[in-house]
Order: sequence, then structure tokens, then C-alpha cells
Amino acid sequence: MRKSIKSILGTGLAAAMALTMVACGSQGGNSGSSSTTKPAASSQAASSQAASSGNSGAEGKVLNVQVWNEEFISRVTDHYPGYTKTDATSGKIGDVDVKFTITPTKDNAYQNNLDKLLPNNAKADANDKVDIFLIEADYALKYVDADANVAMKLSDVGITKDDLSDQYKYTQDIVTDKNGDIRASSWQACSAGLIYNRAIAKAVLGSDDPAEVQKAVSDWSKYNETAAKMKAAGYLMTATANDTFRVYSNNVSAPWVKDNKVTIDANIKKWVDDSKAQVDAKQTGTGDLWGDEWKAGFKAPGTVFCYFGPAWLINFSMGNAPGSDKGDDGSVAYQGGWGFCEGPQGYYWGGTWVCAANGTDNPTLVKDVIKTMTTDKKVLKEIAMKDSDCVNSKSVLKDLAGSADGNNKVLGGQNPYATLAAGAEKVDMSNTCPYDQGCNEAFQSAMKDYFTGTAASYDAAVQAFQKAVKEKYPSLTF
Amino acid sequence: MSEMKQRGGGVKARRAVCYIVLILISIFCLFWFYVLFINATRSNGELQTAGFSAIPSTHLIENFTNLFQGSIPVGRGMLNSFIVSTLTAVLSVYFSTMTAYAIHAYDFKGRKLIFTFILAIMMIPTQVSTLGFVKMMESWKLTNNYIPLIIPAIAAPVTFFFMKQYMDSNLPASLIEASRMDGAGEFMTFNRICLPLMGPAVAVQLIFSFVSSWNNYFLPALLINDEKMKTLPIQIAQLRSADFLKFDMGQVYAMIAFAIFPVIIVYLILSKNIVGGVTAGGVKE
Amino acid sequence: MAKSSTAVAAVPRGGSKVTRYNVWGYIFLIPFIAVFAIFTLVPLVNTIYNSFFENYVDGLRQIGPNFVGFDNYVALFTSGDLPKYFANTMIMWVLGFIPQILVSLLLAAWFSNPSLRLKGQRFFKTVIYLPNLIMASAFAMLFFTMFSNVGPVNSMLQGMGIISEPYAFLDHAGSTRGLVALMNFLMWFGNTTILLLSGMLGISTDLFEAAEIDGANGTQIFFKITMPLLKPIFIYVLITSLIGGLQMFDVPQILTDGGENPQRSAMTLIMFLNKHLFSKNYGMAGALSVILLIVTAILSFFVFKMTASDEVKKKRK
Repeated sequence: MRKSIKSILGTGLAAAMALTMVACGSQGGNSGSSSTTKPAASSQAASSQAASSGNSGAEGKVLNVQVWNEEFISRVTDHYPGYTKTDATSGKIGDVDVKFTITPTKDNAYQNNLDKLLPNNAKADANDKVDIFLIEADYALKYVDADANVAMKLSDVGITKDDLSDQYKYTQDIVTDKNGDIRASSWQACSAGLIYNRAIAKAVLGSDDPAEVQKAVSDWSKYNETAAKMKAAGYLMTATANDTFRVYSNNVSAPWVKDNKVTIDANIKKWVDDSKAQVDAKQTGTGDLWGDEWKAGFKAPGTVFCYFGPAWLINFSMGNAPGSDKGDDGSVAYQGGWGFCEGPQGYYWGGTWVCAANGTDNPTLVKDVIKTMTTDKKVLKEIAMKDSDCVNSKSVLKDLAGSADGNNKVLGGQNPYATLAAGAEKVDMSNTCPYDQGCNEAFQSAMKDYFTGTAASYDAAVQAFQKAVKEKYPSLTF
Repeated sequence: MSEMKQRGGGVKARRAVCYIVLILISIFCLFWFYVLFINATRSNGELQTAGFSAIPSTHLIENFTNLFQGSIPVGRGMLNSFIVSTLTAVLSVYFSTMTAYAIHAYDFKGRKLIFTFILAIMMIPTQVSTLGFVKMMESWKLTNNYIPLIIPAIAAPVTFFFMKQYMDSNLPASLIEASRMDGAGEFMTFNRICLPLMGPAVAVQLIFSFVSSWNNYFLPALLINDEKMKTLPIQIAQLRSADFLKFDMGQVYAMIAFAIFPVIIVYLILSKNIVGGVTAGGVKE
Repeated sequence: MAKSSTAVAAVPRGGSKVTRYNVWGYIFLIPFIAVFAIFTLVPLVNTIYNSFFENYVDGLRQIGPNFVGFDNYVALFTSGDLPKYFANTMIMWVLGFIPQILVSLLLAAWFSNPSLRLKGQRFFKTVIYLPNLIMASAFAMLFFTMFSNVGPVNSMLQGMGIISEPYAFLDHAGSTRGLVALMNFLMWFGNTTILLLSGMLGISTDLFEAAEIDGANGTQIFFKITMPLLKPIFIYVLITSLIGGLQMFDVPQILTDGGENPQRSAMTLIMFLNKHLFSKNYGMAGALSVILLIVTAILSFFVFKMTASDEVKKKRK
């Protein structure tokens, strides 16, 4: 009786550590307390009132939005003109009720929920129809797929290429289907770089100036040389080999899967070779991202030279910012001890995309919400200022790069926006495929065994990878 | 004489050893609750930068304030969990006892077969039928409904087995006979005679079912997404997938502590019966 | 595990009245059987049916169902994974079960020993039960923190000079399985103790006294008297723990974050099943479920045989 009971209940597949955060970059405004500060009427009148009330007569009475956390809810609450909050997950735009449904990402619950709802959306009752849903880069292609056709083409929604011209190209590549149609839009550009410990940079490289540090890590061979120097000085280059994975995997020359065949790209193989060498030389560890071993370098004075991450990692994960009301937590961040440079290759990490669900009965309102939240420069500037999102607008980032508004306390006052903007231009996401998430996870797990030496050889680890992929995607071959 | 004394001393020494070991084991068991409590007193920054601490920090009240003022209706979640777990526990115990009573008190064709069958069911892993179950509930439009979480508990083979064992040693035939002589109906006999006699066993199984339902995430997460109907484990998962500005491990630990608290209270209240109940229900014939 | 074969009303005492009572046996069974049939049996039959089809989801595309006969079974058996996961499951179960039964026996012996007269038993019995109340996922979070490379266990071991650099507990098959076993042990030994204690308290003290008069020492008494008389409850503990072991899932799943590392050495059968459920591979999951059913059926058969022989002995008494 004992365990059987427990397993009935316990089926928590929870990756307790792999905090679903990988989710992404986002920093959802303080909407909890925001009803007072809501700029509802404040900022703009210009762009968007259009859809609010007038022509909604012919359209649905309820706008259903599927989300996995409160991020988008607080963005809409804080920044969408004409939105009045009713409670934490509902509100009104004109006489349309807005209803947000939160399904946590743990155990794939969010995607399971979408998979259940979207294919039958056209047949659902008017008030239950999904109108807007959000996706993350990891599985975006699954939902923007032309054959699946669950997300509307933005051109059909009424958002033109012109409307999207200020966005970064990579944020569109990820959500472009095989026919070249864009089917989602994001307000974030989570371009990322190399975040280094200034004190260690000074001690080992002789300077903590971003330009100088960048010279020491400008390509992988220099990066590897620097890693050896760090080790000699008693520091780790990165906390774990997984830190650099995204950098390599964002710069592949072909997608994981082509014509149902899985191939390991040369750049991915390079990650394996470089990482194996570094792990063997004890220049990096093999722990998981977000694990205690990974986070150990956040603590002052620091044992880890660098982390790879976007703005949100700097602002919200590495510890309290200087002057934070939570006080000194003993982190490098609190001392403003981090610096930011571009690193060996451009890449991104995170981001949330907004899709219009096929079958929506509120097309006009949906169009306005997507257009306002992801392309309206005033709104985006507001979001950047209030929520510290690195927004998906070339002109707004340019503004920030040239102004003291963009100076970051965690980075010791450095303004990272010019680097972030340059990085976002360089991200190339044309080689994505719908199997990326599963392949990336399986590959990193399998290679971990190779790095630690539990797997006899690279080939053995590759076999483990192939087995895991086959279980996830039975249709794929090798 | 001296031998006696020696033995007395031996007992004392042995008793000392026992106490030391018991205290060590107790510390080992309680340690986890202590760490949980410590973590609930720490801020997200402290939890992120320092993995483990044995000393409480100062953010307990802050974490709880954030938790209750946040947008997740945790009070509602606790109420929901309480409703689901209580009903699950009550239905599971009542009907499984009734089933055990049917096998125990009556002789009918197929009785042995059914008994064996239920024991066999006990061995089927529940995961095996989960997918089919969820699909079926969706087609019956029973999502966002507590029925699929509660009603299946009526057929709880494990509870049944325990009750059957308990009846074998604690429910004499004479009592049932006597009740019949008094002219009580069968249903009445079950409710008035059998159930009260099963007290300790009922307490044990109530807490078992209650705890398992209380901690259940997997099935509720697949079936419930209405904010007002979510149970605590779903809310904890939601807190853990919070976006970055809101992501706060301090709150997560505060919520886990908050969620564990009622179970411990219920457990402590029933623990007298549990310790006694398991004892009586064990196979001692 | 008694078959309790003597139903109360089995004493036939004049036909119709008894039969009338016994109808109630069926009536009382209705709720259980009905609910079981609807909520478990139907999905289960569906599962078995599905095992003969190719039926999974690729992105949002449904593949199948196409009838493939025994192909799913063949694929499972030829991959050679099943024995490995079965072995993993059994190893981790045994690793947890042995200390569990030993510690529980010891504690139960102490609690029941009248000459020790331990105080505060109620407190200790309650406390050893408590770890069972923590959600497995929360428990695992605490374990991660304790046993991480930078965690307190490693710093303690380093401080004592036992190891010179951190030992990565979750990178090695042995220590990973050990931690899974430790968590299972912690969560369940209190329960086992109380079950065994109940058995010991059931043994008549006359027997012990007689043995002492015959000059038996404590060890002899334990092995010659206590253990044999404890057999039924021992078997009961064994069965329930074995069932729990075969269904082991949440603890290793959470502790190893899905079981991929190290080298899938902590992957249990149910975790493997869960992998197929994740991709909604109804065909493969179905086939695996059927195999699991057959495995449990075989094990149950042995278990029932064991208890049956036990029953015979008891009747002789």
C-alpha cells in the first residue's frame, strides 16, 4: 500500500530544477500591484483605440488568451490602452471581456492544452474560442507550421510587413513557415552576449573594459585560450559546459532535421569537442543550468569568469541589483561587478511570441492587440523602461543605447544596449526546425555523460542521443 | 546479585543507545522540514546566490506577503485542494470499506474471484491508463470539473485491501449476526456497526488518501485550467514557471510550506489513530 | 494477506434467508465495480487495443492509427532496453528496501521490547512518518541543494578530508541510484516500522518468557521466535513494497530530471513508459503497458503462491 499510493499521487514529472524558466526572457511588470499605476489612459491615444468598442458588434464577446505565466497579462494590463483590469486573469477592452487562461509549462501541460484546443478551435463555442495564444522559440515552429495552420498568417490578420519593419529579422525567422509567411510577433528581442566578472577580468586579462575583454573572447579559439588562462589563475571559464550550447547551436549551417533525417551539425560537434576539452581540463563543469553549481559564480567575489545570457538574466537572475530594497545578498550583481560584451558568436535566449489563433471570432481586436503590443514604438519604449525588456524595435534600442536610461547598475553602469542591438542583428535563425527543443535537450543530456566520462565514447553518447530522439519523435531517422 | 545488577546496567546502556539512535533518526526526518522552513525565510537573491543555509533569514513575512498579494489566488487554491482532497478521502474510504465489507461479510458466487481480481488491479500501474482516461474525460466535457478527480477514488484497491485485512482481525461475525437479529437492515448494519468498529483503519486510510490527493499534480494539471478551480500543486507549478521579474524562489518555498502545513495539522490530529490503526490493521491474526 | 476465506455468512443456516442477505454482497460491490469499469477498465482496454497500432503525434500532426500487429512489441524487445530498465527498477528497489526493512525491524524490536520501556514512543512513531507528507518534487528540490557539487554534503566531506574535490553525486550510476534509494527509504521506513511493530506486539509474551526460562538469549529469541511469527506481516510488507517498487516513478524522475543521466542508469520502467506518453505515442505506450501488466502478473503469481502456502500453515495452527 505504500508506494503504490504515492505513485498515484506523485506523478509529478517535475523537473524540480529545470525551473521552467528557460521559458524566457521576460520580466513581467509589477502588475500585481499595478492597478494603481496603470497608465491606461496615460500615454497614447493615437495608435489603437480603433478596435475597442465601435465595430465589435459583429465580433465575439470574449477574447480568450492562452498563456503560461503572468508576463503577457501584466504587459497588456500596464501598456495596452483601454484595457481595464477586473481581476488577476481577466479584464475588459471596450465591451469585450478579456479572459487569460494560465497553464503552467511544467510537464508540457501548456502545449498539451494548446494541442487539445487549437485544432478544434473553429468548432468551439463562440465564447470558448481561443483568440490569442503565446509561444516560445523552443517549440514555435510546431505552431506556426503551414500545414497545421493553427496560427493565422499575420498578413491575414491585417498586419503588414511594413508594420513589422522595425523588428529584428531573427524574431521573424523563428516564426516564419515554409512558405515564407510570418505567423507570430514578439515585443522582445532577447539577443544575448557574454556576461563577465569584472574583478576576474581585471586580474587575469588586465582590463575590465568591454572592448578589451571582447578581444579575448572574440572567436572560439581565443575563447579557449582565455579559458586556459582562467584555469591557470584558479577560475572557471564558465560554470558548466551547457552555458555555451546555445551560442553554438544558434550558429549552425543546417537544421537538426531535414527530410526526417537528423544530422549533427559541425558547429554542434565543435561544441562537443571544445566542451570536452574544457571539462577535462577542469575549466568548466557539467552541471545543469539553474543548478546550484551553475549559480555558485553569482556569489561575490566570484569563481566563474563568465556566463552567457541576455538582458533578463543580468537583471533578474544573477542576484539583487545595487540599491534593491531587498538589500545586499552577497552577490556580484549587488556590487555591480558584471560586465557585458558580445562574445564569440551572436545568439539569443528566450522571448515570447504572440499568435492569432485560427478560428478567432475577434479578428479586429486580435489584430490591434498584436500590433500595439509588438510594434507600437511608444508602447515598446514604455515596456523597455518599466519592465526592462530588451524590446523588439531597432529604433527604441538605438534610443536607449544613446541615453543614460540604458545604463545598468548590475553592469556597474555600463550601457549594454548598443551591444545587444548589434547582437540582435547578427542572430541568424534561418536554420530552425520543429524538433529543436527535443533534439537540443536530448543532445545535451547525452553529451553530459560523455563529458563526465560515464559514456565510453562520443559515439556511445551519440547513440544515446539517437535513442532519446527516436522516443520523442518516432518518425525521425538517422 | 551482581549478575542482576549487570543486567540492569546493560538495559540502561542499551536504552541509552536506543535513545541516541532514535534521536538521530528523528533529526534526520525533521531536518527536511527545517530546511524547507529556512528556505521560506530567504529572499530570492539569497536562494539564488547561496544554495544552502542552516540559518534562517529575515524574509519570511515578506515572502508570505508577496505570496498572498500576488495574483495567484492561493487561498482559493487551498480551499479547492481541501474540497477535492476531503471528498476524495471520504468517498475512497467509505466505498472501499463497503466493498471490503461485501467480500468479508457475505458469501456469494464469484466472491473469491472478485477478491483476487481486485488484488490484481492493485498491481496495475496507474500511469498505464492515464492517457486514455484524459482523452475520455475530454470527450465527456469533464475538464475543469472535479468529477474526474474525485469519483474514480471510489474504486481504490489499496484502501480496499487494507480494510479487508483489518476486518479479518477486527470485525467478528457475531456482531453482524447480532445486528441482524435486532432486525437492522444490511445497509444499516454496515453504517452503524461496521464503520464505527473500523475507526482506526478509517483514520489511517483517510489521511493516506487525503495526502495523496493533496499532493497530486499530474492529473489535475491535465484537466484543470480554470483559475478559480486550480489546486495548490498546480499553483506551485505556476509559481515556478513565473516570468523573470516575478520569479521568486522564496515565494515558491513559502508556498510549499503553506501547502504542507494543513497536511501536517491533519496528520497530527489523526496521528494517534494512525499509529494505533496501522497496528490494528496489520496482518496479525 | 489472508484470503480470509471464511466469510461471515458462509455458515449456511437455512437457505433463503442467508441467500437474501448475500444479495447485499453484490449490491455493496456495485459502486466499486462500476467506477472501476468506467474510469479504469475502459481506458485500460483502450490502451491494450492501441498497442497494436502505430499511433502518435508529430508536432500537431496525428500519425495513424495504422494497424501494425505486434510491431510495437517487437521494437520494444529488440531494442534490448527493457531488461535494463527492469534491472534498474529492481536494483533501486532492493537498495532502498534492505535498509528500510533492517532499520524498521530494529526500531520495531526496540519499540516492542518491554524490558527497554522506551519513553516518548508516540513522538518517535509520529516523527518517522512525517517525511511521507512532503511532496516528492519539493523533497527532490531539497535533495538537489544538499547533494550538489557546492552543497553542504560535499563541503562537509571535503572539510573532513574524505574527498579532495566535490563528488558529483548525480553523475555516477551508483550514487544516483543510492540517492533514489535513500529518498525512498526516508519516505517509507516509518510506515514499515509501524507495520512490523504491529506484528511484534501480536506475539504473545508467554512465548518470550518460556524461551528465556529455557535459557535462550536475545539473539536466539529474535531469530527463533520473533522472525518466524513475523512472517505473514513480513510478506505483506514485501508485497506492498514490491508493488511500489515496480511502479517507482516520481522520485527518480524528479531527482534525475527525466532519467537521461547518467547513462539512464536510474531509468525505471514507468519512467520509460512516461517517455512514450510524452510524445503521445499511444501505440508504443500501449505495448509497454501490456508488457508491464504481464510482468506484474507473473510477479503477483509468485506472491500469491507464497501467501497461499502461508495460509496453509496458519490453518494448521
